Amino acid sequence: MTVPDVRRAVDTVWRLESARIIAGLARIVRDLDLAEDLAQDALVAALRQWPESGIPPNPGAWLMATAKHQAIDRFRRDERLQRNISQLGHELRVSQDTAVFADGPEFDAVTDDDFVPDDLLRLMFVACHPVLSTESRVALTLRLLGGLTTGEIARAFLAAEPTIAQRIVRAKRTLASEQVPFEVPPAGERAERMGSVLEVIYLIFNEGYTATAGDNWARPELCYEALRIGRMLADLSPADPEVHGLVALMELQSSRLRARLGPSGEPVPLLEQNRGSWDQLLIRRGFAALLRAERLGGPPGSYVLQAAIAACHARAPTPQETDWPRIAALYEVLTVIEPTPVVELNRAVAVAMAYGPARGLELVDELRSRGELPGYHLLPAVRGDLLARLGRPAEARGELERAAGLTRNEQERSVLLRRAAECLPRPRQ
Amino acid sequence: MRFLMTTTAGDPPDEQMMAEMGRFVAELSRAGVLLATGGLDPAGPRVTAKEGKVTLTDGPFAEAKEAIISFALLDVRSKEEAVELSKRFWQIAKNGEGAIQQVFGPE
Repeated sequence: MTVPDVRRAVDTVWRLESARIIAGLARIVRDLDLAEDLAQDALVAALRQWPESGIPPNPGAWLMATAKHQAIDRFRRDERLQRNISQLGHELRVSQDTAVFADGPEFDAVTDDDFVPDDLLRLMFVACHPVLSTESRVALTLRLLGGLTTGEIARAFLAAEPTIAQRIVRAKRTLASEQVPFEVPPAGERAERMGSVLEVIYLIFNEGYTATAGDNWARPELCYEALRIGRMLADLSPADPEVHGLVALMELQSSRLRARLGPSGEPVPLLEQNRGSWDQLLIRRGFAALLRAERLGGPPGSYVLQAAIAACHARAPTPQETDWPRIAALYEVLTVIEPTPVVELNRAVAVAMAYGPARGLELVDELRSRGELPGYHLLPAVRGDLLARLGRPAEARGELERAAGLTRNEQERSVLLRRAAECLPRPRQ
Repeated sequence: MRFLMTTTAGDPPDEQMMAEMGRFVAELSRAGVLLATGGLDPAGPRVTAKEGKVTLTDGPFAEAKEAIISFALLDVRSKEEAVELSKRFWQIAKNGEGAIQQVFGPE
């Protein structure tokens, strides 16, 4: 086996297994930074040994066993570690007794104990801990749960690699200095902490779905990464309706990823998309996740409501058959749970579709008179559309041009300018 | 990226293999990696078309061992991941033959 072959295999195993390995190690050594170090050391060992020995049949277990072996080594050498973490010594001795390095059937027996599903859940809660800034949570989640390299994270967020590396180092330092325990939060805190986890996953998704800056309108790989982490979370925390709600929302929105991009990468609005290219497999997964959320009962949360809205679109065979009154009603409930101007703006759009542009414009103007969403390009974009539908093209063009001036996304800007010109071509001077 | 993993030959499953495969399939389905899977009847009719005119031929076929007998539709990040998962499948299924092909779109 050649070195590049091994390199690729190791990268793949890392992406598939690193979260479980780091999570398992973090539980044993009670230190996230050390856990990641040990896992990385095991990776280096793999790169050294696999070209000669071949890739082991269970590479994840091999990495875990190697990392634990290195933990024992460090533990023996480092008295401070021994003093501080007596529990570590106990657990490592126990696992050493069961022959960490054995090959064959015993190997599996060891690793079944090592991979506890709850460890992954703990890792998610820690990576999304409120002591960290939002951007640190995002970076740490992609790094620890997604198995992405700092380079990949930097490219996804159009940031410099050292910036992301720094962010991750600082985040881990904060977790250590704040002595954040490696645990699933107690019942009293769980709902709020889960809120933070869901928020981080949805942020990652949205960054991919509507790239906030740059030349590309969407970066689907970030959407798929968020979706993957979300599905994993739904498996780990199946009794939480909002988790299924978020997964449903992401599945349904992902189903339109292909349709919402025009031939030259420009955004295509929902109602103009070719519904034939919506991904029916993801739509079905979305419906199933939404059903799981609804079966769990209780008043619907924000993600369940947003998923229900996305489901209304997915269900309509043509734009004309969209159940706008239902969407408007769902948005009305959503404005109660999540009274943000963005939600109110979306509600205005739905109301306009259900009951006419004049009703929608009333709601938009109410937002505007309160001075909400200054600098948010979608406010003038929506207002421009409503004005155009009300037969006020000059005002419509002004609003669409203003929206074009506010967006940071190049593709979106050109679409807005085209629509502005369609409202009312500028008279030739 | 989606990949279709197919098998055209394999050991008949025993009870242990069925149990292990069941766990593997459940794990991958929950993780959203396995989108669909199933077994196929190798004796299904063959279809040939000439200028839109369809001819059906019923089995059994002499070359039945070339027929696909099971499939799995995988949602992964790279071809290497699909290959890695196929290795795990064959660790359970032991002996056989198959293919791993990328399904084009939706990316």
